[in-house]
Amino acid sequence: MILLQTAGLTRRYAGLVAVDAVDMDIPAGGIHAVIGPNGAGKTTLFNLISGVVPPSAGTIRFAGSAVTSLLPHERARLGIARTFQNIRVFGAMTVLENVLTGLHAHLSATLPEIVARLGRFRREERAAVDRAKDALALVGLSARADARAAALSYGDQRRLEIARAMVAEPRLLLLDEPAAGMNPAETEALAALVRRIRGFGTTVLLVEHDMGFVMDLSDTVTVLNFGRRIFQGTPAEVRREPAVIEAYLGPKVAERLARREAATRAG
Amino acid sequence: MFAQQLVNGVLLGATYALFALGFTLMFGVLRVINLTYGFYFSAGAFIALFLTRQAGFGIWAALPVAAMGAGAVAVALDWLLLSRLRRVNAPELSSLMVTLGGVLALYSAATSILGPDIRRLPPDLVASDAFVLAGLRVTTAQLLILLATAVMVGALMALMRGTRLGLAIRAMAEKPDAAGLMGIDTGRLAALVSFISGCLAGAGGVLIGLNFNAIHPYMGEAMMLRGFVVIIVGGLGDIRGALIAGLLLGVIEVFTAGYVASGLKEAVAFAILVVVLWTRPSGLFGRAVVRRA
Amino acid sequence: MIIPPWLDDFLWTYQNLIHALGINGLLALSMYVVLAVGQLSLGQAAFMGLGAYSSALMTLKLKLPFFMVLPASCVVPVLFALAIGVPTLRLSGVYLAIATIGLGEVLRAVYLNVDYFGGALGLSGIPERAETWMIYGLLFAAVAILWLVGRSGVGRAMEAMREDETAAGVMGVNVGRYRMGALLASAVLAGLAGALGAHVSSFIGPNEYGFEPAVTILSYALLGGIGTPLAPVLGAWILTLLPELLRGFSDLRLVFNGVIIVLAVLFLPNGLLSWRMKRRGA
Repeated sequence: MILLQTAGLTRRYAGLVAVDAVDMDIPAGGIHAVIGPNGAGKTTLFNLISGVVPPSAGTIRFAGSAVTSLLPHERARLGIARTFQNIRVFGAMTVLENVLTGLHAHLSATLPEIVARLGRFRREERAAVDRAKDALALVGLSARADARAAALSYGDQRRLEIARAMVAEPRLLLLDEPAAGMNPAETEALAALVRRIRGFGTTVLLVEHDMGFVMDLSDTVTVLNFGRRIFQGTPAEVRREPAVIEAYLGPKVAERLARREAATRAG
Repeated sequence: MFAQQLVNGVLLGATYALFALGFTLMFGVLRVINLTYGFYFSAGAFIALFLTRQAGFGIWAALPVAAMGAGAVAVALDWLLLSRLRRVNAPELSSLMVTLGGVLALYSAATSILGPDIRRLPPDLVASDAFVLAGLRVTTAQLLILLATAVMVGALMALMRGTRLGLAIRAMAEKPDAAGLMGIDTGRLAALVSFISGCLAGAGGVLIGLNFNAIHPYMGEAMMLRGFVVIIVGGLGDIRGALIAGLLLGVIEVFTAGYVASGLKEAVAFAILVVVLWTRPSGLFGRAVVRRA
Repeated sequence: MIIPPWLDDFLWTYQNLIHALGINGLLALSMYVVLAVGQLSLGQAAFMGLGAYSSALMTLKLKLPFFMVLPASCVVPVLFALAIGVPTLRLSGVYLAIATIGLGEVLRAVYLNVDYFGGALGLSGIPERAETWMIYGLLFAAVAILWLVGRSGVGRAMEAMREDETAAGVMGVNVGRYRMGALLASAVLAGLAGALGAHVSSFIGPNEYGFEPAVTILSYALLGGIGTPLAPVLGAWILTLLPELLRGFSDLRLVFNGVIIVLAVLFLPNGLLSWRMKRRGA
């Protein structure tokens, strides 16, 4: 089953096409990666999928229904969650409160219920806190629940963003460069976390520069260059694809590599 | 009648353009919303009033001195209110709020020191003759306004296009971070831009004071709305746009007063602002919306 | 309830000040609700003016009793907020501030130029029907409601919006609805404050609702802070009391308010009461 499908998805900025007619199918389940050189349009693609930026053309379908014209909060309700490349935790709030905001779309108490502190509000709030604590336990931040989010280390803020996105048990989780700025040990722990998330049935779509991380983890890889989708396949196929090598290394190096490979094979 | 109105409108618009030029320069280059800008306008007018009344200056000496005095006020206020916020890259709203507070304090202080009354420049400052050309009446004061505006706009254009300083200013307007990396002292440049903007506003104040022969502390406040209209319509940091939009606003105001109702003159700027903001919510240049994402 | 004579004397002497403290507290809250979602909407003085004028006209011309006038005084500001809300809430930052200040100035021009509103003379002879207990009852209720709401998921969503609107939207916060809700709450609070003010002072005029009051109301919230709903009220009380204590400088009151704003933004970005409440309701 296809969970996320983009067709002709395009985003233009003044004098620049950041995402150019991208067709992409992401199957339900598994871990999927979007890679490409700097400026290939990966973050813009995530902004389009999460609704932060409206497309200039094209459509997005999620779980069988069109979401192209929905606002970010409506897509969140349907089960699209994300993290940000440049960390965007709510710094003045506590870690637990940050995670609780991730449940916002699922709170239903009305203003009178909130003001009167009626039973439904209390039950809902207590259940939300329990879920938020579970999400913090998942990423290993339970001990910091009452710390101010801004006081966390860089790596912990990245994990907090994942907890905040995961708490609502989304169907699709977008991770925008989750391993950026992490040391090898942290990256390894992150990979284990992403696998656990897959185990919950959440489909993961990630943008990452760390090729080892991507190739180890992903079921499919989509390659963008200059806003266009130039390839989609398994990690093994991506490694062999000349167009991908050319996009990353430039045509000259790619040609030399191809010649050397041909020579080795001949010799 | 029509031609006469047009002439009056263009002359009024010339002072609006002068005022808006400094505003667009400050807005576009320093990228802060400085609401104290209108106060430089009042400051210029009051300095000219003092120079001509108490110190016996003629208009040709008073105009540049008053303009530079207003420029000095601008530099001081920029340093006091905004330099610190610029250093820490504070959010846009901080600069708005701090200058809003500054505006309230400055105008109230000026009013309590100078009094709220309308004051007038000495009657013999400019010859009261009027020239009549092909049936059009133009006063000496109006000619002076046109001449002074033309000189200042010309000087500004020459500065921006033909000098290294102008190049540095344009670099800072395009990419403030890159300008810093290129070895441009952005702090000093900010002071300079403030000074030039203050001079333009101050000169505008003197000339408007001359045109209507009325000077009072809050005169700059009424101009701020017009300033916003001109830079929103003309484009942020766009000198030519400010010039054209300023002239247009002056003409529309004069025609409204002449053919519709004189009381509506004040509402023209606001009406334009409302229409523009409703149709283009982030202004005609669309910057505020793409702040983040 | 028996009021001891010394308290009665005290209340009589300082009646105006006591009324002003309560009313300015409500105004500070009306600023708080928009700042709390990160919007610099400066229409509070305009809403207050609409509440004051509409309530005074209901009392003077329609001869309605005050228990009907007071709740009805919110109606006009709320309708006005709905009308301006749709176009202005798309505006951001400086444009919103300018547009809302401009709207206030337009209303001032209307009061000045339309005879029905009394022109420059304003409306006088308004009976003094607002009682101290009404003012403080409403203030207390407003603080309590905002406090309870602030500790819930709604409060979390508001703070999230204030910090990062894009991220809040991605978390599922309906940003547009929250902006509109904050504007309407602001209109209600300011409308009530306007009606109460009109019915304790017997006179209202167009200049009480222009640019200077708008900025003064902002200074309440900036001085106190917006960590809790009590903070802006504290700010309002300090800025209302200080001119009374420094009577010799009373014509410098506005200068003082302006300087407070400058100092608060530069040196006290979280206000005097920077303590923030826990946002967990259970």
